[in-house]
Amino acid sequence: MSEMRDVLIDSAARLFGDLCTNERFEVAERGGFNADAWALLEATGLTRATLSEARGGAGADLGDALALVREAGRVALPLPLADSLLAELVLAAAGLPPRSGVGTIGPVVDFVRMDAGEGALTLVKRAKGWELSGTLCRIPAARNAGYLVALALLESRWTSVVVGGDALRRAVVKQDANWANEPRDTLTFKRVPLPADAVGKPGEGYTPATLKFMGALFRVVAMAGAMGQVLRLAVQYAKDRVQFGRPIGQFQAVQHQLAILASQVAAASAAADAVTDAVSNGPAHFEIAAAKARIGEAAHIACGIAHQVHGAMGFTYEHELHRYTRRLWAWRDEFGTEVEWAEWIGEIAARLGGSRLWPFLTSRDKRLPAAKPGASQRKRAVAKRPAIRPTVAGRKPAAKKTLVKKTVVKRLRVKS
Amino acid sequence: MSHGDLRFEPVQLPFDAQALRQEVRDFLAKMQREGIYKVGPAGWAEVNRPFCLALGKRGWLGMTWPKRYGGHERSELERYVVTEELLANAAPIRMQQAADRQNGPLILRFGSEWQKLTFLPKFARGEASCAIGLSEPDSGSDLAAIRTRGEKVDGGWKVNGRKVWTSSAHYSQYMTLLLRTGDKGESRHGGMTRFLIDLSWQGITIRPIVHMTGEHDFNEVTFDDVLVPDNMVIGEVDEAWKQLGTELAHERSSPDRWTAQLHVLRQLVDEVGKEPDRVEAQSVGRLVAHLWTLQNMSASIAGMLDRGLNPSVEASIVKDLGTHYEQEIPHVARALIGEGRRARLPDNDAFSNALRYNLLFAPALTIRGGTREMLRNNIARGLGLR
Repeated sequence: MSEMRDVLIDSAARLFGDLCTNERFEVAERGGFNADAWALLEATGLTRATLSEARGGAGADLGDALALVREAGRVALPLPLADSLLAELVLAAAGLPPRSGVGTIGPVVDFVRMDAGEGALTLVKRAKGWELSGTLCRIPAARNAGYLVALALLESRWTSVVVGGDALRRAVVKQDANWANEPRDTLTFKRVPLPADAVGKPGEGYTPATLKFMGALFRVVAMAGAMGQVLRLAVQYAKDRVQFGRPIGQFQAVQHQLAILASQVAAASAAADAVTDAVSNGPAHFEIAAAKARIGEAAHIACGIAHQVHGAMGFTYEHELHRYTRRLWAWRDEFGTEVEWAEWIGEIAARLGGSRLWPFLTSRDKRLPAAKPGASQRKRAVAKRPAIRPTVAGRKPAAKKTLVKKTVVKRLRVKS
Repeated sequence: MSHGDLRFEPVQLPFDAQALRQEVRDFLAKMQREGIYKVGPAGWAEVNRPFCLALGKRGWLGMTWPKRYGGHERSELERYVVTEELLANAAPIRMQQAADRQNGPLILRFGSEWQKLTFLPKFARGEASCAIGLSEPDSGSDLAAIRTRGEKVDGGWKVNGRKVWTSSAHYSQYMTLLLRTGDKGESRHGGMTRFLIDLSWQGITIRPIVHMTGEHDFNEVTFDDVLVPDNMVIGEVDEAWKQLGTELAHERSSPDRWTAQLHVLRQLVDEVGKEPDRVEAQSVGRLVAHLWTLQNMSASIAGMLDRGLNPSVEASIVKDLGTHYEQEIPHVARALIGEGRRARLPDNDAFSNALRYNLLFAPALTIRGGTREMLRNNIARGLGLR
């Protein structure tokens, strides 16, 4: 990790620490929005830190964005920062101007169906501007967002569109939530007019397939952060809680459970580190899939043990453990479960064949083997190779980037 | 390790790892073309002297050792990459594994100049194997309980006792032997000395202990008034315990703790075929995701060792996860390729043979080189719980 990134994350961690009060967790828990805390994030420039300089941001790179999301995961930040950063990525990739406020994205489910065009939003050209129609499910924080970046079909081409806050709120037909009570709303657009500058070039930017990868990547690093915290809490509790005259952490049965927990957290952390490294060096479809598959399994084991070690105390609403475990259970299911991603990997492995598997795993640039056209009757996860590019920073001169980043860090320091 | 911050940072290799990997793969292909070996049921654990000699000639044994001791002065990370390639591709390195990974480095670090000049070149050429004599009938995980004794006599030591579960002793020329030579002391860790033994000496009897797989790898080695000259003591008398710590860290972090069954996985992928059903794809994909994670963790530890850190807890984690993973492979394989399908495979089919061998071998994986329970104690210690 670069020194600048360390400084950025240290500063963000201090600010997050101040923001994470019980009151704010309660607001988030009820599906509300901590507007004051978001304003603080904005004032420090953190919400825009990962915008390229051309877009008025600090030009932090994708790795920095992922490190921020990991830190937000570590504290279960009661703000929709991760998906807002993701929305900006999609916006930038479509060449649309940056927006202010909380951003959100869609679609976030049914990617395979979407890629086949089923259930997708549709865009129609009108004399004045455009019209957007269709339904999106489980959109993060839609009721609280300032804008939505959505992928819609214009004839047969995926096109990025932006829906402003007012139209967005009118479109919310059902308020729902994930396991952690993070808002996940259903939106219906009925011939909603969009201005010309809210529609990207048809066929450019993200598709549902590429968005699924990027979303999975964001969830992986957030989960790695939360899992670190789950381990920390469980170990501390085992040292503090006394039964039969000694801390329960002195019983070997408990020690071994915590050792398993630590191993799973280590695997999650390693997967997050490796995938962060891989996306910084080019396309990383396989690594994202493998990391999401591995971390989903790790989260299941880790949360189970952490709750067991905490006993009844960790099952109470009052104790903070559930802030992390419920998010882990929710994020595990978002942008593809571990089973879905394992299936995608299994098909890649089958196409490679046994002898090419190891050379593939150890190659830097993992070229996905092409599916034979019509080889399978079954509908499969999308196998083509969508172009995921870290679009946050582009390739700016390092020195300049560092300077801008420094000012963000400085501002963060003042605020926190 | 500060708990909660288990970091396995990706290793940045300061050389062209891809080119080195390709060199190893080309070499292995050539060895197979020339009939030196073919991948057997036991994978890298197959016993094969001609291959080990060729490996030595190629410069891939004793890679990091000084040239004056027969080594090649390559970096630890280069050695890691070569080792990983050999293991992952099921190259039959078993005969030289202990000498290359444990005994050689032990002698290099603690041995005398004469020992280094005399024995290391033989290990590096792949012509002499070296067994490890630690476990005894009443001393498994509890190594400090050993009873085999070395008694000081004029000019050397007189050895009496018995070692068990000694892999490779029946074809090895040498053995490094842990003996009780003095008082345990309060810590129980004092009074032990490591010796280098020539297994052809008078008074040594080697008897096979056959595995439940039907294979002969273990031995019982008895010592009956065996005379060991003073120049065969490795390091300080009574101070062997201190030597063991670094030895086990290296052993536990080695990629052989997650590669033993990779040839079964490869064969499973082929057996499943190009168009897996959903369950097959999910099961195989899950194993591949685990493999990717383990490979990254293992390489990360190699990077830590290279930076002079002592990632003992991290190594225990990788061994615990890795051996658990190895045990899963044959069980997934047997569930996917069911009894009926296996019955129709040709006689002596490579997949069938490897599956049978490895399913039966699996229990050993979480016992050898430190049981799962000892590893978890070590991890708990790292968490500050012990």
